[in-house]
Amino acid sequence: MSFARRALIVFWKDALVERRTKEALNALVFFSLVLLFVFQFALGPDRERLVALLPGLLWLGFVLSGMLALGRSFLIERENDCWEALLLAPGDKSAIYAGKLAGNLALMFTVEALLLVLFTVFFNLDLTGVLPALLVVVVLGTVGLATLGTLFAAMTADLRARELLFPVLLLPLEVPVLLGTVKATEAVLSGEGLAAASHWLALLSAADAVFVVVGFLTFEFVIEG
Amino acid sequence: MSPFIYVRDLGKRFGALTVLDGVSLEVRAGEALALLGANGAGKTTVLRVVATLLRPSRGRATVAGLDCVKEAEQVRRLVAYVGHGSHLYEDLTARENLKFWMTLADAPVADDAIQGALAAVDLDRAEGERVRRFSAGMKRRLSLARLLLVRPRGLLLDEPFASLDQAAKKWLAEHLLAFKAAGGAIVMSTHSFGRELDVADRVAILAEGRVVLDTARAGLAADELQRLYALHAEAEA
Amino acid sequence: MVRILGWLTLLALGAGLVMAFGVAPREVTQGNVQRIMYLHVPSAIIGEYLAFGILLLASIGYLATRSEAVDRVAHASAEVGVLFLAITIVSGSIWGKPTWGTWWTWDARLTTVTILFVIGLGYLLLRGMIEDAERAARYAAVVGIVAALNVPLVHFSVYWWRTLHQPPSLLKPGPASVSLSLLVALLINIAAFAILYAYFVAKRVNLLRREAETLA
Repeated sequence: MSFARRALIVFWKDALVERRTKEALNALVFFSLVLLFVFQFALGPDRERLVALLPGLLWLGFVLSGMLALGRSFLIERENDCWEALLLAPGDKSAIYAGKLAGNLALMFTVEALLLVLFTVFFNLDLTGVLPALLVVVVLGTVGLATLGTLFAAMTADLRARELLFPVLLLPLEVPVLLGTVKATEAVLSGEGLAAASHWLALLSAADAVFVVVGFLTFEFVIEG
Repeated sequence: MSPFIYVRDLGKRFGALTVLDGVSLEVRAGEALALLGANGAGKTTVLRVVATLLRPSRGRATVAGLDCVKEAEQVRRLVAYVGHGSHLYEDLTARENLKFWMTLADAPVADDAIQGALAAVDLDRAEGERVRRFSAGMKRRLSLARLLLVRPRGLLLDEPFASLDQAAKKWLAEHLLAFKAAGGAIVMSTHSFGRELDVADRVAILAEGRVVLDTARAGLAADELQRLYALHAEAEA
Repeated sequence: MVRILGWLTLLALGAGLVMAFGVAPREVTQGNVQRIMYLHVPSAIIGEYLAFGILLLASIGYLATRSEAVDRVAHASAEVGVLFLAITIVSGSIWGKPTWGTWWTWDARLTTVTILFVIGLGYLLLRGMIEDAERAARYAAVVGIVAALNVPLVHFSVYWWRTLHQPPSLLKPGPASVSLSLLVALLINIAAFAILYAYFVAKRVNLLRREAETLA
């Protein structure tokens, strides 16, 4: 149980700081709005074309905002000079990974919910009936992004070229997740339902499983001095 | 009695740069060793190796017989390291910082224990304030409050008296002496020759990655020490 | 030992060339340009599977043993793997131009290889950007494990992506019917490339070790 307690205290600490500074959420909310506008202007007012591209656009929005959120996972430790102190705290380091992962998931789900609402409004979508299925895909995809993202954020935390290296490392490795989520979203939004995309869901679940296990097992090697 | 902290022939290289080139030291329980040396002499590196933050390139460091590399987790439970960073979250209050670090260290403490630790370092009135508003001295005291709760058997302090005012320096010296009296071992690095050296039982001078002098503090006047320092440390430069 | 590998490589590659140009049949529709397959497919297979497989084992091995020698094998394997993947991409492109009329196509193999190529580059970039050798080895091992475990995921997702609306029943689309001599030629070349891979990795490991020794 000490694992859960320690993971929870990491989550609590990050949530507390975020509540006081509101840095991440504000920036990400604003970023989501900007993304929407950019998509509209870049792709033009042709509704038919936009709806056809919708799954891809949706996940583009999720990935771009997700990377912003994930990249700053350990920013608070760097800024407050606490990175070493995390390492020095005795005990299983993967509890820190769990806490950070939970925090990232909470943040990403919040932003994704907002993006979904914005998309529904701007593109006049009708999500009734497909929402539960869509949420399944969103959860699977977000877990796939957050697990590797949190791990790599720890790795690039104090590198000078962090902002460049983080997306370069993360994105190619997320291609399977990206393909899976877009294809599954396509199936869901076109009314075919989850059954039509079952092999994609299997792939996403497999990717999530692999990433979670690797994340938990290797995090201590990343954080150790 | 075997030494609590034991460093033998420690070497550390960063790429082509050799920072430590065969450092050997011993510190017993209830003893305080002051590491003197110019910038870049390797004081911080020695502390960080013993604190398990760095792996040595050669040689070994042990704490209570436990190897700092192979048994790092156990060493971390025995010694506490206070480096240049404050290890405090600026947007949390003093109380919240302590609660976080103690829970993470797998030693969650009750609220009144936290209260007691803050009172011991004279921060109980500031306990609800965010650390961002603390002075350097207050932050140092909060770090020490954390150490009091953890109750380590050894302290590794990197220039602990730097940027403290006179009152805070006096206060810190008192606490370190009390720590020693209770059986704790201390290794601290320092630049200056002021009163803070009175805490130390022995003094070691580091120059060019080696210990050039290791002697008892007692009977060594400050100016005599300064002369020795100039002789050994600057001679190597 | 490395010298023997070198001679073996020469021999094997020689045999491979003979098979590719002399013995294997001339393809009916594409003509001689199809023979580039004997370069393209083996380098894809070695780059994708052997190189990443060794990378996985060596990365896990490094985290378990902290042996610098094991780390050098991981590093070398990634480098040689990236090289072979580059050869695959270029040869695929050269094959594509006269065959499909275009330098690039998003066909399943090329896409997979390109993704793995970029993943490999990311690995090498990470290694290059960390100055502390021990930390670079440690981080690279973690990325190496993730990258290698990702290979089957990339493989499946890309093939399904390209075969559109049918969930696939086969692992990988291949030529519908192959003549025996074509298959034999292909296998000999695959073996030859495997030996070439081993030779390159051995040379690279030696070079990395000598680099590390001069810095010591």
